[in-house]
Amino acid sequence: MKKPLVKVDVLEASSKNSKKNTRRKFIKLGGLGLAGSSFLLYACSEDDMFDPGGEVGRPDPDPEPDPEPDPVFDLGSGDVGILNYAYALEQLEAEFYTRVREGGYYSGAPTEEQALMDDLYNHEVIHRDFFKAAITAAAGEENTLPDLEFDFSSVDFDSRDSVLATAMALEDTGVGAYNGAGDRIADETYLLLAGKIVSVEARHASAIRSLIDPDSADFAGDDIIDENGLDLAYDPSEVFEIAGGFITTEFTANDLPEPMTGS
Amino acid sequence: MSIIKLLDDFTSEKLTTKTTSRREMFNTLSSFGKKAAVAAIPFGLATSKAKAAAFFQENSPVDALQLALTLEYLEAEFYLMALDSGVLEGGSRAETAFMQISKHESAHVDFLVAGLTNAGATPVEKPTFDFTADGAFDPFNENGIGQETAMAQLLALAQAFEDTGVRAYKGQATNLMGTPFLEPALQIHSVEARHASEVRRIRGLKGWITGSMRGDGMPEATQAVYDGEDNVTQGGVDLTGLTYENDIVGNVSDAVSEAFDEPISAETAAAIASLFIVNEDDN
Repeated sequence: MKKPLVKVDVLEASSKNSKKNTRRKFIKLGGLGLAGSSFLLYACSEDDMFDPGGEVGRPDPDPEPDPEPDPVFDLGSGDVGILNYAYALEQLEAEFYTRVREGGYYSGAPTEEQALMDDLYNHEVIHRDFFKAAITAAAGEENTLPDLEFDFSSVDFDSRDSVLATAMALEDTGVGAYNGAGDRIADETYLLLAGKIVSVEARHASAIRSLIDPDSADFAGDDIIDENGLDLAYDPSEVFEIAGGFITTEFTANDLPEPMTGS
Repeated sequence: MSIIKLLDDFTSEKLTTKTTSRREMFNTLSSFGKKAAVAAIPFGLATSKAKAAAFFQENSPVDALQLALTLEYLEAEFYLMALDSGVLEGGSRAETAFMQISKHESAHVDFLVAGLTNAGATPVEKPTFDFTADGAFDPFNENGIGQETAMAQLLALAQAFEDTGVRAYKGQATNLMGTPFLEPALQIHSVEARHASEVRRIRGLKGWITGSMRGDGMPEATQAVYDGEDNVTQGGVDLTGLTYENDIVGNVSDAVSEAFDEPISAETAAAIASLFIVNEDDN
């Protein structure tokens, strides 16, 4: 390989990630952010195919080493980068609930749970298609994240447990992602929009958690809310770590803005 | 001027200009649902917009945090009193939820007091609260309204406070931009949303807000908490007119309104809170 595709630095707990918050993984992707295991596989197979010593007698002395047929999309910088980042998550959630509604759990679920899944599907489809329209309008189609492809083979859509556990992970991750992105947004309008969406994601997460265990405090459980009463806040690298396994389309996140205050 | 003084002034202003007391206002009761008696005066009416606008004009981060602290004081005391009242059945889903929520609201108070202090500001003092809103409610069954009605009011007020909290924090987010308080405020904001969802679900509602509907069994007085939630235009785009790649189930306007929570201004949040704050001048 010419250069490492992913450089993972394990950092000491920073001021942001206080030591008491042990659920956090202090991992920062250096240089290249990416999503999906297939990216690695793809890259490796490409490496295997590239054999600079082979094909003697090729007329071109400088053969093009696998010109990238589809350049890998980068989320971009500044607010557009953050919008694309959110768009990726909304694509994931919308696709997930679309599949849920085609699965055996949904078709056999009580009416109340079907209605809840319908609502979550609606909201995420609306979020997704809103972002597509908004980013395209603001930055042009060429700077808008393409439609992603997903791998939900780890989810059993016939199983209530599997569907709800995945929904919980996605919703909690969404909450953490938006909370962690707020301080990276420069424009007031976009910050407010993120705020309008994140509380709906939190309402979802709470509802899913209370579906899993109705008589518990899990809707805002101690596994996600710290002793100061604060919810999750993830860095993009942490989000890709959790959500990346579902995303097969490769893209990079090389220029996402850093937090403004370093808080 | 402190937030509390401001809130007091709201009340004074209201009393003098409307020449009526809160008690008189709340004497007009309308029934809601089967159980709870409520006030007919919308939360948001008891304010002087001009005065509030003048105060909040600067919208400094400290002002935003002081407002947040005031709301957290209100919530923290409400849940402590609720748990202490015996209205909630021991071991019930509602009691379990209230205990967890209470823990968070008290933590938020401590967190904001510490944050303001560390920032060199003097945190506002805890106001004196009256969760009967001068006799309109009896959520702790202190005046003999009965356990069932008290519980219905307890849950209705909890829903109103949580949904207010979500909207109020959202409304202050841009005032905290570029400060170390933005991220923790967002982290509190989503916790309030988790609370709101659970309280709503315990009450038999969806966890999210459809249109500007306060929901079954909510006192008409709480409508100010929900006004404006029916917005369907985001980023200048009417989302009911968007072509969706996958079909929306049911009514598109309802779904779009649910998909986005809306902010409220500091004035509106303060006006809602002021109904439950005792104006010392009254006595």
